[in-house]
Parts: sequence; C-alpha cells; structure tokens
Amino acid sequence: MSKEILSRDEINRALTRMAHEILERNRGAENIRLVGIQRGGVYLAARLAGKICGIEGVAPPLGSLDITLYRDDLKLKKGLPTIKKTDMPVSIDGKCVVLVDDVIFTGRTIRAAMDALMDFGRPALIQLAVLIDRGHRELPIKADYVGKNIPTARGENVKVQFAEEGEDDRVTLKREGEP
Amino acid sequence: MDNAAPLGKDLLGIKELKRDDILQILETASAFKEVLERDIKKVPTLRGKTMVNLFFEPSTRTRMSFELAGKRLSMDVINVSIQLSSVVKGETLLDTIRTMEAYGADIVVIRHSSSGVPHLLAGNVNASVINAGDGFNEHPTQALLDLFTIRRMKGRLEGLEVAIVGDIAHSRVARSNIYAMGKLGMNIRLVGPPTLIPAGIETLPGVKVFHRMEDGLAGADVVMQLRVQKERQDSWFFPTISEYAKLYILNSKRLALAKDDAIVMHPGPINRGIEISSDVADGTRSMILDQVANGLAVRMAVLYLLSGARA
Amino acid sequence: MNDNVLIKGGRVVDPASGLDSIMDVFIENGVISKVSGGIENPPDNCSVIDSAGLLVIPGLVDMHTHLREPGFEYKETIATGTRAAVRGGFTAVCCMANTNPVNDEPAITRFILSKAASDGACPVYPIGAITVGLDGKNLAEMASLADAGCVAFSDDGKPVMDSLLMRRALEYSRIFGKPVISHSEDARLVAGGVMNEGLNATRMGLRGIPWAAEEVMIARDIALCELSGGRLHVAHISTKGSVRLIREAKARGLAVTAETCPHYFTITDEACIGYNTAAKVNPPLRARADKLAIREGLADGTIDAIATDHAPHHREEKAMGFDDAPFGISGLETALALSLRMVEKGVISLNRMIDLMSAAPCRIMGIPERRIAEGSVANITIVDPAVEWEVDPASFVSLGKNTPFEGLRLKGRAAFTIVNGRVCENFKGD
Repeated sequence: MSKEILSRDEINRALTRMAHEILERNRGAENIRLVGIQRGGVYLAARLAGKICGIEGVAPPLGSLDITLYRDDLKLKKGLPTIKKTDMPVSIDGKCVVLVDDVIFTGRTIRAAMDALMDFGRPALIQLAVLIDRGHRELPIKADYVGKNIPTARGENVKVQFAEEGEDDRVTLKREGEP
Repeated sequence: MDNAAPLGKDLLGIKELKRDDILQILETASAFKEVLERDIKKVPTLRGKTMVNLFFEPSTRTRMSFELAGKRLSMDVINVSIQLSSVVKGETLLDTIRTMEAYGADIVVIRHSSSGVPHLLAGNVNASVINAGDGFNEHPTQALLDLFTIRRMKGRLEGLEVAIVGDIAHSRVARSNIYAMGKLGMNIRLVGPPTLIPAGIETLPGVKVFHRMEDGLAGADVVMQLRVQKERQDSWFFPTISEYAKLYILNSKRLALAKDDAIVMHPGPINRGIEISSDVADGTRSMILDQVANGLAVRMAVLYLLSGARA
Repeated sequence: MNDNVLIKGGRVVDPASGLDSIMDVFIENGVISKVSGGIENPPDNCSVIDSAGLLVIPGLVDMHTHLREPGFEYKETIATGTRAAVRGGFTAVCCMANTNPVNDEPAITRFILSKAASDGACPVYPIGAITVGLDGKNLAEMASLADAGCVAFSDDGKPVMDSLLMRRALEYSRIFGKPVISHSEDARLVAGGVMNEGLNATRMGLRGIPWAAEEVMIARDIALCELSGGRLHVAHISTKGSVRLIREAKARGLAVTAETCPHYFTITDEACIGYNTAAKVNPPLRARADKLAIREGLADGTIDAIATDHAPHHREEKAMGFDDAPFGISGLETALALSLRMVEKGVISLNRMIDLMSAAPCRIMGIPERRIAEGSVANITIVDPAVEWEVDPASFVSLGKNTPFEGLRLKGRAAFTIVNGRVCENFKGD
C-alpha cells in the first residue's frame, strides 16, 4: 500500500510558497536562472518559472540538466541510464542558479548536477529547490527551498507523479518491496 | 525507458546488433553530440577506466577519433601501433592482448588487416572489444556514424534511398553500412564495376546492384562514395585509375541525378578527382567533415554503452 | 541515299520476317519501302535488278575479320578488305584488334571508324582488345573503347592465358553489356605446334596442336562465364569436343555463343599434306570426326554463327617453310559458297544459313539486324545459287590470296550486295 504525502493542491501551494521565497531571498527575478534536473526537476522548474512570472511579471530563463554523465554510481546500477536532454540556452556566468529537483535523498545527484553546471560556466551563486526532502544525506548538501520534509526509512520509495506525464500530480510513499 | 538495454560485452560488427541496439546507440550519440557543443567538452563519466587502442594497420583518423572519444569521457587512453613486418602468429596476438589486460584495460579498440581477429580477441579477454575495422569484414562505428549523420540531415532513416558507390568488394565500411541499413529498412543501391561487387551481396535485405552511376544515382537521398585504392588496377579490378574515374567519379553533373536535397558522404580520406570531384567534396551537400565530427559522438556513445555492460 | 531500286522477281527469303516466296523489293532512298508480289510500273529514275532465279536474302555480316589496318597494309587494308567482304556478300564486318598499333585505345578505334567511313565499302564494327597490346598482362580501357565504338572485346590471335584476367574481363564487360570473344587456345599445350596433332602431323614430321589445347580453354571460359555473369563468345571452334562443351553450356542456360569457320566444316588436316601453307590456320584444320561434329553443331543450333576468320597474309609470308609461315586463310570471298554447299548437301537449311551468317552475328555483336521488311535500311545480299565457279585466288579482291580452296569448283555467289541502299554488282561482265 502506498501512502499519499502530497496532493495536487498541496504541491501547488508548496510551489507557490517556494516561488515567493526564491524572489524574497534574491530580491526579485532579475538574476535568477532556473535549472531543472531531468526529469521531475525540469517540470518543477517550469512551474516555478510560471509562478514567478505571475508574481513579478517576468519569467526567469530556464535550463535543463541531465546528470547521467556525472554520476558516481554508474557501476552500481542495473543496466545503464538513458541519457536525457541537457539544454542550457542562456549563460549562467555571474547569475544565481536555482537548481530544481523533485526529491533530495543522498545528495549525490545534486553533487553531480553542480559538477555538470560548472562545465557550463561560473555562476555567482547556486541555490537548491526541492519538492521533497526525505533525509538520509550522504554528502554535506542542504536545500535552500523545500516543499515538504518527509521522514522516511532508507528502503522506502518516494514516488512523484506529474501532470506533464499524463498522470495526476501527487507524491506517494511506498515501502520496500511493494508494487 | 529509463534504462538502456545493454549492448553486450563487445562491439564486433553490425551483423551482431539488433535494430533496437543500433537505434539506442544513435539516441545516445545525440546526447553526446550536445556535450561536444559545450565549451567544456569533457565529462567525468568513465573516469578511472582504461582504453587501449590496438592498431595493427596504419590509421590516423579512426585512431584519433577513438582516442579523443575516450579522453572526452575521462578515460585513460593508451595507443599501441604494431607494424606487421613479420607474420604475427595467433599466440603472439593473444599475448599482446593479455599484456594489455594486465595493464587493466577495460576496453580494447582493435584494427587488424585480417577479418575476424576482433572476434578471436573477444573470446579470449575480459575487456570489452571494439572492432575499429577488420580486413574486409566490418567497421561498425563508421556505419553508425554514417547513419547518425544521415538521420540528423534527413530526420529519418527508414525508406531512404542510399547509393554506395565504388569498391564494395574490399570495403568493410560498405559491408557494415549494408547490414545496418538493411536492418533499418533503408534501400541500398550498390554501384560499381562487377569486378568490385562481392558474390551474393545482392541477396541481402534492401540491396540492389547497379554498374552505372546513371542507373544507381537516380532519385537517391544519399550518395556515399567509397575510397578506391590505386593498387586495385594491378589485380585488374579495373583497367586504369583514369577509366575508373571516368565511370564512377561523383561530380556535380552526376549528383544532379540524385534528389535535389541529396547529401554526399565519404568515409575519407578522399581521392580528389578519382572518386569525387573537388567541387562536390567541398560543396554544400558534402557531409564529409560532419561525418568526422559525428564520429566522435558516436564513439563516445559506444564507449558509454559498453562500459555499462561491464558493470 | 541514292537512286531507287527495284529487286524484281527474286526468291525473297528472310526467316526473321517469315518470308520465303517470289516477291519484289522496292528500295527508296536506301530504305526498303515495299516488299510484295508483283510491283509493276516502277517509277522513273529507278534501277531494276532482274532477280529471276536469284535468292534475295538479308545482308550477310562477318563477325570475325582481320582487316590488318593500321600496321599491316601490305596484307590488307580497310579499303581492300571491305571490298572483298562486299564481293563475298557481306554488308558489314567486325574487325579484330590485332593491328599495329593494337586497337586497345579509343584513338585507334576512332581511326578505324574514320578510315572505314572514308575508304570502306561497307560498315566496319571494331572489336577492342581485352588486354593492352594483346600481351595478356593488363586490362585495356574497355569502357572507353566501348564508348568509342567497339562492339566486342577480344585478344584474337592470342589467348588470354591468365584465368583471373579473363574472369575480370568478363565481369568488367557487364558494365556495358558487350561480349568477350575467346580465342580459345592454351598456349602451353600448343607448345610450338603448327597443325592438328595426329597421324598426318606425325607422317609430315610437324609438331601437332592437340584438340585439348582448344577444349581446355573453352571449358575454362565457360566456367568463367558462369562465374562472372558476362557474355562469352567463343571464336572459331574446330573440334568435336568444343561442340560438345558449347552444347552443354547452352543446355545449362549460360550466356555462351560460338562461331565456326567454313574451312572447319569443309576440309580436314589432309589439306596440309605436301606442306601446303595455305592450309595452315589457327586453330588447325582437324580430323574428319571433328568436321562432321562441326556440321552437326551448325545444324542443331549449338553453333550460332559462321564467321570467316578472314586472315589475309602476303604471298611472301606464306611462301616460307610450314613451321615459319603465318597461320591464316583469306576467307571473305569463299565463305558464302562454302556455306551454300552445306545447304546443297542438306546439312543445314537455307533459313539456318541466313541465321548463321546474318541474324546471329548481328544479335551477338549488338549491331542492327539485317531484315527484308518495310522500313528497314536496305542491306541485302542477292545470291545467284546456280552459278558454278572455280576458286582462283588471283581474282580475289582481297590482298590476301592465301586459300586452301584454290581450284575447288563451287556453286553460288553474291551477284549483288546492297550496302545501306547502295548496290554493288559483284561480277559484272564475268
């Protein structure tokens, strides 16, 4: 049995709050670049951009990042991850890059994402926005903007569904071994 | 499709690949094409892995391409050129390979003038073996980069009319392309003198044989010229290089027989004025330099996908 | 072309057009405009050939002639050779490449064609060399030769001894679809032979050429033809075994054709007795069984064509010892009568002879077929089948007087030869 952690409306409210926090902290949208990590982060970054535009009237430029080539766990995975699209259309030099991901867990993805980001330029500042922080960090990495903190067991699985993939927006928690 | 299907341990030839394997390599190569467009063209993916380029036949282009592909993926790359001044016996070959393995080679890229040597090798080492050209058998990464180039330009592969012109008999590039294009539902016209068309090739899927450019090029989407070796006239595959050029050179007049948007390809190095005229080789429809650039992305994709299989 | 011509009252025979009856043929401006019974009231300025008692047949074509020019004009020239051809009833000839220089490059082909256009009495279709200089070492630029006008390829006079080279020639010729003509002779087996190996050679103390020298090469070339998918034409077959090999190859559906020459179905190696160099020819005159087998091959369709292998030589050359005299027979002016003799003997029909000497050579060489049909260019041989004559080399138009048939009484010859509408009366005032 999986348990719902966030509903559609709760996700929406969390993102609205995060958008306000990003603007407040950075004093407006001017210097912000939103970079989503494939796949869920890309959808969330786009939604955050929409909300920021609703508030400020200006949408910050978007980028997407696939971190497969920067992973440190290729060997540990079964099979090989398919490499998804990386698209950094505007320069990040001297800007505030807000990395966006759906779930933060060990922190290794964010480490890879920061390495990847550095190959595209030299941002003035990198911040991190995540929808779910489920704990169990293995690296000294902390999110700047969090939709919801959820205590989990290591073996549990946090699943985020997106309207962009034809499903209802929701976040659920599954115990190990459950379908 | 979060996970790519493993390719298997080795890349010995297109013959051994399934259609989906080929498409997966092309998809993966697209991702690496993006990496190569960055300012910093190097990624840490295969850090700590070792690639040995074992070339028993002189080659600059292919070796450079593999070397750079490995380096772009942060591999350690060793180049070994072995001049075949005397007969290399089977034991000697395997001993050479075992030495490579002792250095911790994860991937061995091999080129050899004798067909089947990569297969022999693959069965005897734990490292992944990539065939970079064996005799007249196969040159799989060349065919993959050709397909990648065609797909980027044409947006599709299935149903395309491809003319491959020249010395089919001695071309591993042609063979790998024929196998790949057959699996992908492309229509292949092989054009060359009957002396240079190998026996039975017309029975392979998608293949038709022509002996005159005028017949083979009509309506083609892609014209791929092969390099002709001047020495072939000594074995009477054609009377003289000048008559060969007269019959099979791709010039702008002949290119006009193909479709208006037909592209021109050549695995290089080109013989200007023999199989291709300079105006065509340097013209807007020539993909010759794109092929070289795309070769890097395709070889990175192959290295990436093979390294996954070893995990 | 020139005057209009009415061929009146002849027996018109053209198997390809299904004709065999007494008819009139009207030629306007070089083209046959009417073929029918009883064309009365010929228009003005029309010459009439009274052909009562004569045969009106499609113009003969010799697919194997040595015109000797350039280089051996003392033996024959394009002018004299084509005149001899026309006198023999031929409306076109294919000339072999063993001139000097050899016809192994387009410039030579163009020379022959231009010379034929200016001096020739009939069209000449050049045959290009298979190998450069006929030396059997390097492939000639066959595609360029074909472009220049060569209709086939042959090293005739010399075999292509290297099997790989012959294979390549047959393969390469498929680009332009022209036949490769094999001079089938294993040079090692010939081993200096000068006449057929057998009792006659032994009795004369001359070195023999075995039948196997020919058959080994034909067998090889049939295999190479099958392997390569090229078109093989075997020149001048002379032995029983050669007929059998060709017959088998055809039964297997291979693209093989063959020709023989009048001397092989007319005489045997007995003609050499007395060291008669006029009978020294290559391949050599064979035994009686071979001669009969050749006739059988003509009759049953195994042999496609009768060619002359017209090989004129200077009198001085033939006047050497048997070992040193050159091979060859001057054949253009006796071929028709010797072939009519086979019709007379009942070996072949007249229809078959016409196919062997006109339609088949045209088909094999890819040159325009001679037809007696409305709309066809007038290339017609009008044969007097009854006239008896004695072979007298001195009367030959050809510079080559070398014939083993001297003194032989023959029946039938070409009274008129019409070449592209132009009428030649061959024995005016004879």
